[in-house]
Order: sequence, then C-alpha cells, then structure tokens
Amino acid sequence: MSSKPQYAVFIYEAVPPEELPPPVLDGHLTLPDRIAEKGGRVVAGLGFQDPSTATAIRGGLLTDGPFVETKEALAGVYVLEARDLDHALELARLTPIVTGGVEVRPLIDFQVLG
Amino acid sequence: MLAATVRVTRDLDLAEECVQDAYVSALVAWERDGVPSRPGAWLTTAARNKALNALARERTLRSKLPLLIEREGETVPDDRLRLVFTCCHPALAPEARVALTLRLVCGVDTADVASLFLVPEPMMAARITRAKKKIAAARIPYRVPEPHELPARLDDVLTAVHLLGTTGHTAPSGGTLVRVDLADRALDLGRMLHALLPGEAEVAGLLALLVVHKSRESTRTDADGRLLRLADQDRSAWDRELIAEADRLVLSALRAGPPGRFTLQAAIAALHAQAPTYAETDWPQIVTLYDALSRVWPTPVVALNRAVAVAMVSGPEAGLAALEPLEASGALARYQYLPATKADLLRRCGRDAEARVEYARALALTSNAAERAFLERELS
Repeated sequence: MSSKPQYAVFIYEAVPPEELPPPVLDGHLTLPDRIAEKGGRVVAGLGFQDPSTATAIRGGLLTDGPFVETKEALAGVYVLEARDLDHALELARLTPIVTGGVEVRPLIDFQVLG
Repeated sequence: MLAATVRVTRDLDLAEECVQDAYVSALVAWERDGVPSRPGAWLTTAARNKALNALARERTLRSKLPLLIEREGETVPDDRLRLVFTCCHPALAPEARVALTLRLVCGVDTADVASLFLVPEPMMAARITRAKKKIAAARIPYRVPEPHELPARLDDVLTAVHLLGTTGHTAPSGGTLVRVDLADRALDLGRMLHALLPGEAEVAGLLALLVVHKSRESTRTDADGRLLRLADQDRSAWDRELIAEADRLVLSALRAGPPGRFTLQAAIAALHAQAPTYAETDWPQIVTLYDALSRVWPTPVVALNRAVAVAMVSGPEAGLAALEPLEASGALARYQYLPATKADLLRRCGRDAEARVEYARALALTSNAAERAFLERELS
C-alpha cells in the first residue's frame, strides 16, 4: 500500500493522435521513465482514439462524438504518484503537448491504486 | 501558533480546532495554576499536543494524515513563513490566497477579510473553505519554495503581507482605528521576507511602506481614539528613526531598477513622512509617483488616491474631475473612502449640501467606530 498521493493527469490536445509528430509520440513513450528519473511514478496510463470515434450516452440518448465538445480534446489520462502537488505539477509539465495542456487532479483515495 | 500546529497536523481545520481546544484548556489550567511565564509557548505546546493526540487517534482509525516531515535545504526555519507560502500557492485562486493568509496566518476574522475585499461575508467564508479543501485534497506542500522558484512566488506573498498591513492600519470594523497587533505582524513578516531576500527590491519597498505606517501609528487618532487626518496629525510625534529607515529602504529599492508598486507606494508614503507640514508636502512629486503607480498597478484605489493629490496641486475641482471616471465605473461602490473623499472635495468647493449627502453615504459604508465618529463629526 502506497502512502504517496496520486494524481490523474488529463491530457488535452488539439492535434489528433494519428497526426502527432514523431518526437511527441516518443515523448509519450518515454514519459514514465522521465517521470521515474525525477522521483515520481506512473501508476497507469490510457491513450484515447480521436474524439470523432466517441459515442456519448445522455439520459439514454446516444449521440455521435464526445460528451463535451472542446477544441483541445481529452486525448489521454495517466495516474502518477508524487510527493506533493508541487512535485506532481513538475512531473506533469513533462507531458508532451502540441496544442493544449494538462489538468492535474488529485485522486479521492490515493490508497486504492498502487 | 496555528502555523506551528498545522505543521503537525497537515490539516488546517484540525489545526484550528486544536488551537481552540488549547485556549479552552488554558482557561482551566491558568485559573488553577496561575498564568505561566510564557503563555504563548504554553498555548502552542498545548495545541501541538492536542494535534498529536488527535492524529494518533486518526491514524488508528484510518492512518490517513501522515506527519509532515520537514525536508532539508529549507531557507527559513519559520513556521509562519511556510504557512504564508502555502496560503499563497499559485495553484490557489489569486483572490483566495490573500484571504487565506489573512485568515490562517494572521487570524483575521472572516468578516474583516470579507470587508477588506469588499465582498459579503458568506462569499468570503465559502472562498476560504474551498481553498482549505484544495490544500488538503491536492496536497499543496507546506514549505518555503526552493531558491529558484522563490521570486516567482513572491508577489502573492507581498500582496498578502501588504493587505495585512492595511487591515491593521485601518481596521475594517471594531472600536479602534489601528489594530497594532495586525500591523505589527505585517511588519514582522515584512522584516522576515527582507532578511530572506535582501536583493529583492519589492520586498524592500513593501518593508519601507510598512515601516512608514508604523512611524505614524501613534498620531493617527487623538487621545479619545478619534480619527485625525494627515493634515491634522502631530508630525513632531512621528518616529524619525523609522522614517529614516524607510527612506534608506526606498532608496535602495529605487536604485535596483524600474520601481514596482510597493516601492512606489513606499516612496509616496516616505515623501509624506518627510514633509514639515501637510501644505508643504511635495504634491507635484506625489502626483508624478501616482502616475507611475497607475501604470504598473492600475487599480481604482490608486486612482482615488491620485485624485486627492491632484486636488492638492490643481484645486478641489480638478480632484472632483479625476473622481468622475471612478464613480462612473462603479468599481468602488462599497468603498467608504470614495464618498468620504468626494465629500471633502465638495466642501472645499463650498458645495456643503452635496458634501453632506456624500458624508452620509460614507457613513453608511463604514463599520470602524473611529472612522464613524470622524464622519459623524464632519456631517454635523
């Protein structure tokens, strides 16, 4: 059981995954190692297909596309373990982004995962 | 004391509870055994022990709140300063940072914090609660920033310390105009920051500003606690040593490069402090400094103060003209000094009936007893 806090990092990216330049893709592949070098740990990570492939369900009604339409689409999420928020923000800054940014949000109970 | 306790609990609400408990214990113990030689230390120790006990219980139940472990390499071994940097963390909303510092570091009542920010008390209470929740949930660290990140984190801290000084300088509510405890704590924090960052011009500027305020503290009210205007204060009672200190700080800050807002405000305050009389103040220079201040810090309150200086240089009509855009903007609709200033300028123009309307308006917005007494006197 881990005592370090965990944070979800949401990646918002305007460029669809298949158009990401090779250095950015490499950056995603090496992210766990680069985070480990700085004393953090990636617990889990998910990359999403283009938002045009999503299907939303709202009150039983199906609609084509993501639940929330944004210019910078939710492109992936990973969970990292850090000492505190400052450390988590330092690590999240390592996320490669073309156009967009990340959101760092603490997990409700950091003892569930890890 | 709260700062020392929160270092143990790592939880602001729990720390506040423990401090309250310590006061209750003190009432019982001090009545029984007499007041200890160092009551402050007694209370801090009691609060810390309560926090440790509470944490031991907590750990047994859920093992959720680990003790905060002090890390090496921290520049200033001061709990209060650590708490200031936590409260002013950039991950918190700017309006919440200062409020939180005032509430938690300096113990200002939520009602007074709300008054200082010109917002209703429930809104301020909600803002502070939200910020405390984020500090706990997101694990905002309780430490002084590393040297390389310190300058970037400084402006928010300076703003908080400055607002603390303002609260002490003219207490938003209560019986006395000056709350010396708050002003002194702002001054302590200012001196501490200056010792930490002697090369930072704005820290020197802020300290100079707080020092000038301190130098004039004893003359701002008369023997009955009634407000005295700058023009009516006994300048011979101002503390020359403090004024000289402020002057040295302002000069060193001005030499460091283009002046920031605290250095400019300190330069204005120092000019006032050096003037032999109100009339002989270097008003043109003060208008010039306010012009510079409006460029780096264009706030409605700066515009209001500039209008006062303009009136001294160019007459009350010019001052009233400078107030017009401010009134039209509505930004200071709940700020008592706008109608109070307007009333004074109107009276100097001989427009007494209009002045009375503005004094009444200012009175309705003022909860400080000394200021109310002053306005009631002007009104009659």
